[in-house]
Amino acid sequence: MKFSKDHEWVTVEGNVATIGITEHAQSQLGDVVFVELPKLGRNVAANESVAVVESVKAASEVYVPVSGEVVAVNDELSGDPALVNRAAENDGWFMKVKLSNTSELDGLMDKPAYDAFVAG
Amino acid sequence: MSEEALRRTPLYEIHKELGAKLVPFAGYEMPVQYPTGILTEHKWTRESAGLFEVSHMGQCSIEGPDFETTARGLEMLVPADILSLQPGQQRYSQLLNVQGGISDDLMITRSNWQGLEGSLYVVVNASRKGFDFAHIEENLAPGLSLKRWDDLALMALQGPKAQEAIAKLNPKAAELHFMNSGRFTLDGVEAHVSRSGYTGEDGFEISVASAHAAQLWTNLLSDPLVKPIGLGARDSLRLEAGLCLYGHDIDRTTSPIEAGLNWSIAKRRRTEGGFLGAHRVQRELLGGVSRKRVGIKPEGRAPAREGTEVLDESGRKIGIITSGGFGPSVNGPIAMGYVETAYAAAGTPVQLLVRGQALPAQVSILPFIPNRFKR
Repeated sequence: MKFSKDHEWVTVEGNVATIGITEHAQSQLGDVVFVELPKLGRNVAANESVAVVESVKAASEVYVPVSGEVVAVNDELSGDPALVNRAAENDGWFMKVKLSNTSELDGLMDKPAYDAFVAG
Repeated sequence: MSEEALRRTPLYEIHKELGAKLVPFAGYEMPVQYPTGILTEHKWTRESAGLFEVSHMGQCSIEGPDFETTARGLEMLVPADILSLQPGQQRYSQLLNVQGGISDDLMITRSNWQGLEGSLYVVVNASRKGFDFAHIEENLAPGLSLKRWDDLALMALQGPKAQEAIAKLNPKAAELHFMNSGRFTLDGVEAHVSRSGYTGEDGFEISVASAHAAQLWTNLLSDPLVKPIGLGARDSLRLEAGLCLYGHDIDRTTSPIEAGLNWSIAKRRRTEGGFLGAHRVQRELLGGVSRKRVGIKPEGRAPAREGTEVLDESGRKIGIITSGGFGPSVNGPIAMGYVETAYAAAGTPVQLLVRGQALPAQVSILPFIPNRFKR
């Protein structure tokens, strides 16, 4: 699992990346009450805002850390947005993106680097 | 404002020990939530009893030789009927500016304390207290004075079990009627208690010397019915209850009539006038207003936040959201805002422009959940 400075995580299988927000991000947001996901087939660019996650208090943008085509979104989040709080780094995934530039993964942090980044 | 300049309330250390997330609010470092989170805190308040610290709010008294003189003095600045207050009785009102806009909203209580029969006890918003105190002082008639109570803490105990919880400390305090107040000893701590609040629930607001705040807070929290609640849930609770937040739903540009606060202006005051901004209030009562504050219920799940444009069905802008978010007890998004009067009837279909998309919504009656004040 790799991590972005905007608090998203990425896992890669073949050339498809699964993307979500980190455990740290969900704990900062608090209770998630709504998630807006991108449309299937949309071409997204790295660091583009493609989703929105809303807590009771506020709306936050979700930036996709890699470029490519959205090939799946997690439909469970529309009926159960709190899944993001319960399982941010697995069942609470947001979207899958077919990578158009795998070298972008090199710019992401590994777990120790992300933990250090969060600790500031 | 720099972090160094943030002020701390008497219970700051206790909030930290409880694991609260502290955020800057109106110049104070305030608990926005405790570890359980806003949803849980909100629901607990509706089901049992929540304890809030609101010491950042401004407490003062207006003092004069006798009640009638003091009441007439304050009636110059607010549209409510102060003269008819009985000892201990409390009333909601607004400080108006000369244009009839709202400088702040406030709670006014007629003292029933011995030796202070000529006093009115007043609570104003934290963000406005500097302005309010100066404004009131400047406009007081000779013989009247304003006394700030900066050494008092304020907490609110809210929810259906609030009565049961406070009765354990003093059964007499639990017998107060809605919008009434008195002085009570709460397990050894002298307190001024009123039956009021900002959640739509039954409850009490409790003013105590800052030095005794921690003792009373800890005492109340030792009751398993009571849990600490932060400002996050306070906001979602008051939004569901249809209550205005100053600086958002009401401000210097909105009048009490546009805001739908007509109920807080008694007939005598409407007829007689004689308060700052009366010309606008009287004109609007007779001739109506061009915009009104309404509840708005999005049809989908997406919350519409403050600043969201309200459109009619053809896409023309007819208003703006002034408070919006998620209502945990409603279990859906809720909002309030101002729309052109022609669109203000409950059930009117409107659209909300959220991130470039026009989402369907309906004008809704307020409150979103039935108030459960103790009448």
